[in-house]
Amino acid sequence: MVAKKRIGNVWVFIEQDGGRIAEVSLELLSRARELADQLGVETAGVLLGDRCDGLPQQLFEYGCDTVFLAQDPRLDPFTPLPYAKVIVDLVEAHRPNIFLFGATPVGRSLAPRVASCLLAGLTADCTDLRIDDFEDKASGTVFKNKLMQIRPAFGGNIIATIANSWQDPQMVTVREGVMPMPEPEAGRTGKVVKVPVELRDEDTVARIVERSKAEKAVNLRAAQIIVSGGYGVGSAENFGLIREFAEVIGADVGASRAAVDAGWIDHDHQVGQTGVTVRPRLYIACGISGAVQHRAGMSESAEILAINRDPDAPIFSIAHYGIVGDLNEVIPKMIKAYRSRV
Amino acid sequence: MSLTILVFVKQVPDTKNITGEAMKADGTVNRAALPAIFNPEDLNALEMALELRERYGGMVAVGTMGPPTATAVLRHALYMGADQAFLLTDRKFAGADTLATSYTLAAGARKFAAEIAPFDLVFCGRQAIDGDTAQVGPQLAEKLALPQLTYVEEIQEVTAGRLRARCLIEGGYEIIECPAPSLLTVVSTANTPRPPGARRLMQFKKARTRSELAAAHRDRAYEEADLLIEEERRLRDKGLWIHEWHAEDLDVEPDRIGMAGSPTKVKAIESVVLAGREYKQFGTDQASINQLVHELIEAHILS
Repeated sequence: MVAKKRIGNVWVFIEQDGGRIAEVSLELLSRARELADQLGVETAGVLLGDRCDGLPQQLFEYGCDTVFLAQDPRLDPFTPLPYAKVIVDLVEAHRPNIFLFGATPVGRSLAPRVASCLLAGLTADCTDLRIDDFEDKASGTVFKNKLMQIRPAFGGNIIATIANSWQDPQMVTVREGVMPMPEPEAGRTGKVVKVPVELRDEDTVARIVERSKAEKAVNLRAAQIIVSGGYGVGSAENFGLIREFAEVIGADVGASRAAVDAGWIDHDHQVGQTGVTVRPRLYIACGISGAVQHRAGMSESAEILAINRDPDAPIFSIAHYGIVGDLNEVIPKMIKAYRSRV
Repeated sequence: MSLTILVFVKQVPDTKNITGEAMKADGTVNRAALPAIFNPEDLNALEMALELRERYGGMVAVGTMGPPTATAVLRHALYMGADQAFLLTDRKFAGADTLATSYTLAAGARKFAAEIAPFDLVFCGRQAIDGDTAQVGPQLAEKLALPQLTYVEEIQEVTAGRLRARCLIEGGYEIIECPAPSLLTVVSTANTPRPPGARRLMQFKKARTRSELAAAHRDRAYEEADLLIEEERRLRDKGLWIHEWHAEDLDVEPDRIGMAGSPTKVKAIESVVLAGREYKQFGTDQASINQLVHELIEAHILS
């Protein structure tokens, strides 16, 4: 049996705060464009907020064919209930095929609420998206052109490909930086569809009484060189050596999840599936074993230098340069070598 | 004022400490080789609930969905101070994705509210370490038609029917007021979960589910065994009864639970096989490291 039906469009939730569009939304637009071209459908951005009239043009230039624009003072800043109501109404009216969300705190609060209401499947933190056929072995149904949602699972020891067997939309979240940022196409145009905002009393029960938001102090994504420490660093005190090394060579400091969980460094520095994805010129992995969810965030680095005591650590299999040894011994020698360079 | 707080927790494999032995030759994960632990952020959620009970009075109940062995986390919650515990267990729940899970948990919450006590707040950990999805909290909120607060770090105040909480957002925080009942997901920075109490441990290690009680008596047919019914009454009176609810005990549609109720299907699982690229190895002596740094500078990788 082959399931056949009309193919809906590819949608992206456009996250904005104070009129500034989140980078992840623009990254997702480029992948949405590729998926839509492959399926022969169009892309749409779903933009909610207040006083956002200037934003659709930017979205057209990043690959949007249509922008659904819902504006209301109650939609600024983001709170999950009114956003979920507007988006659920919109999905039910237009039935997109695919709906992508950034895996930011906003996306991770909103997408599950929307998916639950729509009874749609939702896969978190995808690292790749592809179109392929899928046979649901339980029912024997063959689905043509479904979204393959690829993500590391089980602590990153396996890579799972997930597909949806229920009705559309096929919903996923994707971390910032996983998809490359596209070049905008100046002057590209599209269509704005104004969306009526119909909220019930129960959608507006939460009230933000205070808000404090600063620009991220750390921006690893723009870093050219990153020195990253993992569980092998051993202690908060030893992590000081990682910072010192970074400072000497003019690098930014990164960390694996294990080092962040151990409390040696702030989460803003975390590289990997549940942190940031980076593409520096040089990535120096110190005491990082290289579990797949860490590699998901750094394997695109131009050059990788791994320092690890365990010669079998998976990090070496993606490294260009490697030192098998104790980082507490190696790093001071690296610092010395760099300082005495000619 | 007194609050009834429902905390949903999960027993998870300790994915942080996966070693070679936990991976089978075919690249799949040998779950049996991994220790099962209390999902870390669920401990923060439970701690927050216990602190609120200490401030305002009331009751903390803890619930989980999982195999019969998941009672380990419920007992741990009782050791920490929870007043009530319930286990949602059934082979029919197996294979559930986050949608089917939240549907089942919602049915458990409704049964708890109807038969034991209506709740004022529902707490979950932000996410579980085996999937890291952070989806079940918001989905459960939607299923129960409750407002949701995610990434909660602190509850500042609860007044009649309202609460004020500090929630993390990207690059900062928000103080949000919302009505109760509502659902909150709690982050690890919220608090330091208390260790199990020694006296409570001695007391609640005897807490039992119905299946555990039957198993202790060689699985005698429950309904016919006066002994079991009598023991159950005794345990209930002492507060040592862990409610055990199966699919048939809950108001659930069979096609909404477990694998059948899960729109997402695993198409393929690949073990992570690395290409095994050759890398240029340097020794740990100063001369080798000088050579490495020199090469990096020559190649304009370091400047």
